[in-house]
Amino acid sequence: MIETDILIIGAGPTGLFTVFEAGLLQLKCHIIDALPQPGGQLAELYPKKPIFDIPGYPEVLAGELVTNLMEQIKQFQPGFTLSETAETIEKLDDGTFIVTTNKGTKHHAKAVAIAGGLGTFEPRKPALENISFYEEKGVEYFVKDPELFRDKEIVIAGGGDSALDWSIFLSDVAKKVTLVHRRNEFRGALDSVEKVQELKAAGKIKLITSAEVVGIQGEHHVESITLYRGGVLEDFKTDYFIPLFGLTPKLGAIANWGLDIEKNAIKVNNALDYQTNIDGIYAIGDVNIYPGKLKLILCGFHEATLMCQSVYNRINPGKRYVLKYTTVSGVDGFDGTRKEAEKAVVKSIE
Amino acid sequence: MPQDVTIFITDRNGVRHEVLAPTDMNMNIMELIRSYELAEEGTIGVCGGMAMCASCQCYVLNDLISLERNPDEEAMLWEAYHVKENSRLGCQIPITEDVEGLEIEIAPEQ
Repeated sequence: MIETDILIIGAGPTGLFTVFEAGLLQLKCHIIDALPQPGGQLAELYPKKPIFDIPGYPEVLAGELVTNLMEQIKQFQPGFTLSETAETIEKLDDGTFIVTTNKGTKHHAKAVAIAGGLGTFEPRKPALENISFYEEKGVEYFVKDPELFRDKEIVIAGGGDSALDWSIFLSDVAKKVTLVHRRNEFRGALDSVEKVQELKAAGKIKLITSAEVVGIQGEHHVESITLYRGGVLEDFKTDYFIPLFGLTPKLGAIANWGLDIEKNAIKVNNALDYQTNIDGIYAIGDVNIYPGKLKLILCGFHEATLMCQSVYNRINPGKRYVLKYTTVSGVDGFDGTRKEAEKAVVKSIE
Repeated sequence: MPQDVTIFITDRNGVRHEVLAPTDMNMNIMELIRSYELAEEGTIGVCGGMAMCASCQCYVLNDLISLERNPDEEAMLWEAYHVKENSRLGCQIPITEDVEGLEIEIAPEQ
């Protein structure tokens, strides 16, 4: 069982910054995220896009902001449960919580902060009637373990970066890689497109464009797919079908936690501390809603800061504290490091 | 004083709305739909208007604007569902005086 003060659900900018504000109050954090890396939307959807409305940064790339936030919170040694989604929550008699993920990892926390943004990123699935039957029986929406495909025949569908990158990577692992795309042009990093071109010329990737996968066959496992190309249907033998059509956010299991939900967002008390209708569960950042809500990173930072003060009071009832300024007090990390302003030098001038 | 324009939007329930849109706020059709709450929050403009999802897909019902898509939009629509000849991403249609009288229908949820 993972023990923590604040369990944060979502490793986007709001979730990450929470670690810092909590750390200043000596509260320890652990973060769960469905994606394999921290950063949320910023890392997954637009790492190379600039953001212009972070105070103090005239311009910062989304990926850079994540890197900076990770650096900023390093002192407070947050724990991470990545590639897992928070599935169930149980409130114990002492007011603490146990949150269990889809893989059974249990977390025990004194407070829960949902910073889930738009929700859990789930793969966009092609509209094929029987596709759910073949999930984990030859249909994979993520490449979690490349070894699964060793010496197998695989078909990857899609035209973006992940389809290109995995085709390149798996061309060294699988027996045969076929990349199917509905058009001729790919939208990915230029070097990935060129690499696929090279591998195609070398006979390591078979490229089928202006084509679509319209059917899946197999008795217990995928055995073949049906391709539609130029008005013609053809059967194509394969062991695996990997559609990589991007991700779409869903609120997911959190929607069943008994929280007040409005317009796909969690209602909170914004006059005080962004607490939900369940005492001890907070919602901050893009995932919450209240009158006047703005889905901005800078608003998420503000909400995280106020929430941490409330959690402090909840965990330490009656224990006095006043807000301190990092410039004056410095920052003491849980790792024993200390950051502080340089002391002024007192020296006479002769 | 810049003029507002009138735009006709059929929502996902088939209800047609006549709305006034400002031309001086650098807005696009996706944002207009959100501002009038004609589609449920969380089901439109998910990526914030970067042509990286297709949640604001619309069908253009009259010929006031070009159906030509920009490269990002074209690539996104190739991966989307319910795409027709007259599909555009609302986030890629700026609201200018040229779109006075534009008639669109919001595509089904992805």
